[in-house]
Amino acid sequence: MSDTTATRAMEPSDTVFYATEEPHPENGTLLGFWIYLMSDCLIFAVLFSCYAVFGTSYAGGPTASEVLDLTGVAVNTAMLLLSSITYGFGMLEMAQGRRARTLLWLAVAGLFAVAFVGLELNEFAHMVAEGAGPWRSVFLSSFYALVGTHGLHVTFGIVWLATMMVQVGRHGLNADNQRRLTCLSMFWHFLDLVWVGVFSFVYLVGVLR
Amino acid sequence: MHETSTLMHLLLGKLSLSAIPFDVPLIFWTGVVVSILTVALLGAITVAGQWGYLWREWFTSIDHKKIGVMYLVLAIIMLLRGFSDAVLMRLQQAMAFGHNMGFLPPEHYNQIFTAHGTIMIFFVAMPFVVGLMNYVVPMQIGARDVAFPFLNNFSFWMTAAGAMLIMVSLFIGNFSRAGWLAMAPLSEMSYSPSVGVDYYIWGLQIAGVGTLLSGINFVVTIVKMRAPGMTMMKMPVFTWTALCTNILIVAAFPILTATLGLLSLDRYLDMHFFTNSGGGEAMMYTNLIWIWGHPEVYILILPMFGVYSEVISTFSGKRLFGYSSMVYATAAITLLSYLVWLHHFFTMGSGANVNSFFAITTMIISIPTGVKIFNWLFTMYRGRIRFEVPMLWSLAFLFTFVIGGMSGVMLSVAPADFVLHNSLFLVAHFHNVIIGGVVFGAFAGINFWFPKAFGFQLDRFWGKVTFWCWLVGFWVAFAPLYVLGLMGVTRRLSHFTDPSLQIWFEIAGVGAAIILAGIVAFLVQIAVSIRKRDALADTTGDPWDGRTLEWSTSSPPPAYNFAFTPVVHDRDAWMDMKHRGFQRPAAGFKPIHMPKNTAVGFILALLSFICGFGLVWHIWWMAGLSFLSLVAVAIVHSFNYHRDYHVSADEVRRVELDFAQRLAQQEAA
Repeated sequence: MSDTTATRAMEPSDTVFYATEEPHPENGTLLGFWIYLMSDCLIFAVLFSCYAVFGTSYAGGPTASEVLDLTGVAVNTAMLLLSSITYGFGMLEMAQGRRARTLLWLAVAGLFAVAFVGLELNEFAHMVAEGAGPWRSVFLSSFYALVGTHGLHVTFGIVWLATMMVQVGRHGLNADNQRRLTCLSMFWHFLDLVWVGVFSFVYLVGVLR
Repeated sequence: MHETSTLMHLLLGKLSLSAIPFDVPLIFWTGVVVSILTVALLGAITVAGQWGYLWREWFTSIDHKKIGVMYLVLAIIMLLRGFSDAVLMRLQQAMAFGHNMGFLPPEHYNQIFTAHGTIMIFFVAMPFVVGLMNYVVPMQIGARDVAFPFLNNFSFWMTAAGAMLIMVSLFIGNFSRAGWLAMAPLSEMSYSPSVGVDYYIWGLQIAGVGTLLSGINFVVTIVKMRAPGMTMMKMPVFTWTALCTNILIVAAFPILTATLGLLSLDRYLDMHFFTNSGGGEAMMYTNLIWIWGHPEVYILILPMFGVYSEVISTFSGKRLFGYSSMVYATAAITLLSYLVWLHHFFTMGSGANVNSFFAITTMIISIPTGVKIFNWLFTMYRGRIRFEVPMLWSLAFLFTFVIGGMSGVMLSVAPADFVLHNSLFLVAHFHNVIIGGVVFGAFAGINFWFPKAFGFQLDRFWGKVTFWCWLVGFWVAFAPLYVLGLMGVTRRLSHFTDPSLQIWFEIAGVGAAIILAGIVAFLVQIAVSIRKRDALADTTGDPWDGRTLEWSTSSPPPAYNFAFTPVVHDRDAWMDMKHRGFQRPAAGFKPIHMPKNTAVGFILALLSFICGFGLVWHIWWMAGLSFLSLVAVAIVHSFNYHRDYHVSADEVRRVELDFAQRLAQQEAA
């Protein structure tokens, strides 16, 4: 060790030990948001695994094929997918710097999402009216917990989208707003992906079983 | 009459005057004394006119160093609470034999051990860990702050709000009786109908938001904000362990959130996840909570491994032995911590194959841990060891932790675990690793970095008194529990019939008294050091001949940490700079871009606290209103686009040249 120290001490003394320019660390927001999404993914993982364990524990109550309506959920899924693609169109417009069109597409995406949440609530209300509320059996508890958590996320996304529309309207597509729209975009598509899982794993498998 | 009670129910939910424990003198008078002390403290701050200072300089601060110190203060305050619970338990168990029922009825005793575990893990150990990471990591990587300074302040206040909610449960209502993990179905409405479990759930959920966000914050900080030249394999080991811990936080805490969420669905909406009826399965809860719970213990210990690495290499005057193997061992432990959760309940009856798998993965963890132990030993080998207080803690850790680890390996043998499960042997084991690992590490870290944070060292004499009391007290308190556990005594009992056991509990009680002396000595150490701060002053910024970048700044460091971003060439960057004749720049200062303080984190956490209180007592208007305000405040905050300011170049020059001048005087004298 002392040897290396000695040779080092003889190196030219103009070694750079500090940067004279101000540092410009890369913006970490997108990485941070990715990590947040992965942590959120784990919450869904827990809910999915509960559904996997409890999906056939009907406790004498209604079974999946009795309460789940595939036609209804097909429409619902279409709403969410349309919401995703229209948000994507909005992001394309953002890249072009066209504020009005961005806002228009965001509004369309938001309306599709509202329709999705509305249809889901309607489905829940029907099921509860038929005596298939979350307290009936653990199968229904895990169904409502999984689908409901996704629905709450979409609702939160709608509030965020509305806020972003006001902010873009007021301050335009500045760097802050572009970054925020990109985060919301990730959130939006993430919820779509989760829904693909819900649709195949809860609805399709449930009805087939 | 009926209408008034409906109205009262609407306004106050389940809350009524009977929630104040007038009939339990111990709790009631504790409540009175704590209230008087709190009022006295608040009064003293008011009389001294310090509210403005506290608010501007600390509560609203988004400086990672101040947030780190606030975490540590929170941890020390909660340590006093958690330790009071421990003293009550030791007294009760030393007394309650035969006809003597002790002074704690079982339902009170159950709340005490639940509160002790919950507080010590979530509000003592976690704030110690997060506080040290907050203070040290940004400086070790040559950064000016964390990636998201506002979130950092918010995280702290959420942790504090969770702690407050747990504290409130002492005086309004009661706390959970279901153990620190609230195992189902005991924690379900049918067996725990009172508000205790709800306090537990919402206290942890609120604090959990803070923990998760600081996990994300630190991963991004370490990945994105390292000084130029600091490649991953040139990061200080403490930063490495912090990175792994924060990855664990991000990958484990959501599971806790979801699990407690499901438990609250059971309790609030009558669902059936973990109930005995409706098809529920209580073992699902046990599995889920330990899938979080086992990584959690590594979340606590890994950063402390980092502390010991820094301390041992600094006070041995050598580079850390086996840096790469230390990094790989840390990473291996990070991965393996996810593959062992079932060893907490081998008795579930999952069969020999499943149990064997988890027994083997558990044993494998001792390999990377052993690698670390040998690395520390070889670091000391032929080093010029200085027995300063942080080094004493590290040496005590080595020997205490190895024994705790060995009893852990004993527990990992599934057939043996059928005997030792839920026994005092287990209690002795995890105190052995958590006190010997995490608490010793916290004291080592506090003694090590205190001069950096406050500009003066902690008093050595009282530091050594603290150290010896803790070390001796720990062994006197917990060695008897190993013995009792091997004799088959189970945990969480408030009364015993076999008089031959009493002597062991009495010895354990003496041990707790010695630890109490250690805690008092620590408070004395701080008080004495503040009084003698001029004699103990650290004018160099580098009192221990440090090796990493935090020691290149003044003590305490300026708000912006580094006037110029360091360029790193070697692992122990500051040691390298010292060897190669680094000269402090005397000119060329530039204005520094810094984030502004904000009260929003505090407000959001306060609203979360109110929301949690409303949910605990079923005061729906309060919960709903505070939740809506929470969302509203967050939205309003997002409309603030001007969050930065500049420290002028003149100001930077003044601060830096002032420090350079002090250094020059030091040199001349």
